[in-house]
Formats: sequence, structure tokens, C-alpha cells
Amino acid sequence: MIAKCIHVVPIEFYDSSLLDALCLYLSNAFHIPAKIKNESININLTFDPLRNQYNSSYLLAQLINNPPEDAGRILGVCDFDLFIPILTFVFGEAQLEGIGAIVSTYRLRNEFYGGQSDHHILVERLLKEATHELGHTFNLYHCHNPGCVMTNSTYVEDIDDKSVMFCKDCEQFVLKGDKR
Amino acid sequence: MNNRDVNILVVDDEFSVRDSLYKWFKSDGFNVDTAENADAALEKFKEKTWDIMLLDIKMPGMDGIEFNRHIQSVDKNIIVIIITAYASVDTAVQAIKDGAFEYISKPIDPDNLTHIIRNAIERRRLTTENIQLRQRVEDLTSPDDIVGTSPQLRQVLKMVASVAKTDSTVMIRGESGTGKELIARAIHSNSLRRYAPIISINCGAFTETLLESELFGHEKGSFTGADRLRIGKLERANKGTIFFDEIGNISMKMQMDLLRVLETKHFTRLGSEKPVEVDFRVISATNRDLESAVNEGHFREDLYFRLNVVTIDMPPLRDRKEDIPLLARYFFNKYTQSMTKAIKDISPEAMEMLINYEWPGNVRELRNVIERAIVVCDRNQITPNDLSFPFRIRGKQQNGVSLEEIEKAHIERILNRTNWHVSQAAETLKIDRTTLYNKIKKYNLSKSM
Repeated sequence: MIAKCIHVVPIEFYDSSLLDALCLYLSNAFHIPAKIKNESININLTFDPLRNQYNSSYLLAQLINNPPEDAGRILGVCDFDLFIPILTFVFGEAQLEGIGAIVSTYRLRNEFYGGQSDHHILVERLLKEATHELGHTFNLYHCHNPGCVMTNSTYVEDIDDKSVMFCKDCEQFVLKGDKR
Repeated sequence: MNNRDVNILVVDDEFSVRDSLYKWFKSDGFNVDTAENADAALEKFKEKTWDIMLLDIKMPGMDGIEFNRHIQSVDKNIIVIIITAYASVDTAVQAIKDGAFEYISKPIDPDNLTHIIRNAIERRRLTTENIQLRQRVEDLTSPDDIVGTSPQLRQVLKMVASVAKTDSTVMIRGESGTGKELIARAIHSNSLRRYAPIISINCGAFTETLLESELFGHEKGSFTGADRLRIGKLERANKGTIFFDEIGNISMKMQMDLLRVLETKHFTRLGSEKPVEVDFRVISATNRDLESAVNEGHFREDLYFRLNVVTIDMPPLRDRKEDIPLLARYFFNKYTQSMTKAIKDISPEAMEMLINYEWPGNVRELRNVIERAIVVCDRNQITPNDLSFPFRIRGKQQNGVSLEEIEKAHIERILNRTNWHVSQAAETLKIDRTTLYNKIKKYNLSKSM
């Protein structure tokens, strides 16, 4: 039996230090090994010229198409602006109780909001959003415990307000694989 | 409201919109479903009650504006959020006019959507809570002790139903124990004033000064012992109903004061000069012949006419004997349950006695007889031995009764009729109060609760 792990798939994403930090943190948070896995993803098919954004659902569909046998979870990481049709933007998207998730650093950067670039803050925000989206694949809903990484964040300030950790309840679900 | 208890229906012809909203709400733990058009949505409405519906305006077939109107006519408490890619002020105004909660255009800012849904849930929670509270109030005020199918009672209930819809002043007449207060409560609880209180005052139970204080209230220090402000019953009945029981027993001065309040709808608390405005409906009740009291000059004619706009006459129980078995069983079930006694029923012989008795104390007396029978009954059925009638002076029970027994029963009957107003009872019996007190002592009479 092949041991399952988290595949972190860079999508035209080239910051290896961020990817390394992500793998390290995710393997601790989910108690599953995480590794970088390069896959061929066609982003042109997902681009909406009217919105100048990329459809995250289409990207997710490509990510989970024919998953490798050892892929317990697949997390796509990109640096362009994502959307789902009904919303103006998303930080990321995940399959609830599925295997796939995607996250973008585009709106996690201070520069997007007119601020100074801050690598430390970017790493922290990325870890939070990646953990949050992967949490959904473990069937975790948005959490109402203040500070839990699974609380809903619609602004970048909301991401900064929450911790990178699961609350006790959410952690139990991840560890036990319980269903809500 | 827990997210898992909130049912959200997304109605949109675009798959991508349905899919993305489904996922968005699902990740928040909501119970969510989707429909691609109005027809499919209608099918969903057959399955369950939806708390919130996100509805697209432009759809093939019935459009969102029309569907919103339709759904609002079926379930006016549903929260409808209109979503559209073609934002226009006209359609937004129309949707809101038709009862929609909010109007948003696609694509939606995630934070905006979160806020709208949070507000929608709060509105839904308040609406549901409001409905539940109203239901609870209605349950509390619904007079369930009005039992019977006789034509006389049906006529009374018909009158209650029609008078309840109006704000007319009502006078309920009838012997003691016929259920005058229940009828007053039935009128109130079916009226538009039902969410405000019904305040009841037994005018025969107070001296003139006390009644004045009870009705009008008093300021702190207005008389010896008035150590704090007291809000009177008239003020407490504001927006609701005031029920004057035994209205025939109030003094001439009180009649004048009351008439003034009824005419002006304002009064002053004792010890105050500041007028208090009130808005209440008046229902009064009497077991006295008020017309005679008016003729004899004991009751003001102008007050009589002001109070007696609509009259409801309560039939005595002896005139609606067909209701006795129903009432007896009703009280039997009520008291066996509250006393948790394992008595199965009332024997046919006991029921026969109940039907043949004259019931001078009316339904109240029947209730007391049944309650007493359940207390003393030590078998699984109530038999004639368990029944104790205080007034065996008519019909089959009359034979072999001593003069003292008849006197005792008659005094008790008059006392009950006057609700134990000793002066009035003495007046009716044509004896003085001291003699009446002696006889009460002699026959060991006491007011039944």
C-alpha cells in the first residue's frame, strides 16, 4: 500500500522558498508528508479576459484530473488573481471532502493593497490560506472559534487576525478524520 | 441559529453561479440546494421550508421578479435575495417593493455576501422567534375551558367571534359560575388587542377607596401607607382590555369617576394632577339585574348605556344540560391528569346524577364537584358516593330534606351568587349582616376556591 502525502503543485509559481516553507508547515499541520510535485496545468484555458482573472474552479478541475496514486491531497499554488463566477475574487478554493485545493498569493501580497513588500507576512498569509483550503478537503466547515485558521476570511485583514493553527475542535476532526 | 439549521436555496440558470454559491455556502456549513429555474425551485419548495433564497432575475420561463412575487404570496417570511448581472434601479426597487430582502449584482464582493447572509439569518431568526412568541402568547391566552355544543353556548361563541373583531364595549350578564370571565378572555384573545394584556378587576372585592387606588394607581406619599408609586389597573390595561367583574357593585362615586374615564380616556393617579392617557377596550360583567338597579337609582343610567353597547347573556348550566357530560369529562380529564390519579371514568349512575342536578353554582360548581370527587374517589371509577352536592333542594333530591338543610343551601347559593359579598347577600335574604354571619358560622359555610 502506497503511503499518501500532500502534493504541492506550483502553477507558474517559482518562489521555491515559499514552497519549501509550505511543505514543512503542511506536513506538521496535517500529520501527512508534503512534497512539491510539478504537473502540467494549462492556465490559458482558465483565463477570463473580461475579468482579467483566472477561474479557480477550472484550475482545480485540472489539478485533480488523474491524481497520482500517492496523492492524498493536491494543493495548487499560483500567483495570479483567482475568481469563481459569482464572486469578485477568491483567495483560494477547495473541494469540500475532496482531494483538491488551490490558493493564490496574488491578493496576499502587501503590494496589492499599495503597501510595502513583506516576505514574512506573505509566508504567514500563505500558510494560513493553504491550511484553510486544505482543511476544507478534510470536510471542515468555516469555524466560529475566534483565531482558528478555519474562520472565514473575506479580507486580507481577516487572514492577519486569525492564527495559523486549527482550534482544538478542528484539529480533532483532522486527526480523527471525523465527519461533521 | 446554527448554520446547519439554515436552509438556503440558490435559483439561477447558470450552472457556474449555482455551483460556486453551493460550494461557498456549503463550506460555511449551511444546508444548501440549487435549482436551475422557477419550476425546479417550486419542486424544491414542496420538499421543505427554505429560510433564504438567492434568486436570479433573468431566467428562462418565469423570471425572478415574478417568481419572487409568487413565493412571497406563499411564504411571506422567506428571505429573498435577488441577484442579477443586469443591475438596474427599477428592477431593484420593484424587487424590494415585492418583499425581497436585498438586491445584489454579480459578481458579488465576498465580504458583502457574507454580511448580507448574516443579516438575512438574523432577520429570519427574529421573524421565527416572533412567530413562536406570538403562538406562545396565543396558547397562553386561549381560553380552553369553554366546553360545550349546546345551541345556547354556540350562540354565545358566535357572538364572541363577531364582537372580538370590533372594539365595541361589551357587557356579559349571567349567574355566578357561568364563565363570564372566560368569555371576556375569549373576546380579548381573539381581538386585535390580544398582544396587549387583559386586566381584570373584581369591583365587588374592594372598598371604594381601595378600588379607586387599584384602578387609578397612586403617587408616592399620596396617602398614609402609599410608600411608593403604584400603577393602576387602567394604566396597565393600556392598548389592551380591562375587564370589570361585578360592575354592579361599585359605589355611586366610583360610577361617576369611571364614567369620566370612559368618556375622556384619561385620568389622574391619586395624589397627582398630571393626566394619564389610556387606550383600552372595556368588557364588564354582572350577575345583577342592572336595569332594575338603574330604575331604583342605584346605578347611573349614563354609565349603564356606556357599558352596555353589546350584551352577551351567559346561559345557566341547567338550561344547557346536554353540555354537562362534556364538561364533566373535560374537568375529569383535567383533574385526573393534574392529580395523577388512576381513575378511568365516571360511572353512568354518577353521570345521571350530574345531569339531573340543577347546578345553581353553574359550571364553577360542576368543576368543584368533579374535583372533589376525584380527590375522595378510591376506586377506578367515580360513583354517586363520590359526588357531593351542596344544594340538594330541587328535583329528585328534594324529598326528606329538613328546613335547616334548605336554609343552609339557600344561604350558600345566595352567597355564591354575590361572590360572598355579605352585605349584598344579606340584602337579598332580607336579613341583617350579623344574622347572616351567625348563620355562616352555624352551618360552617366557606367560600369555595
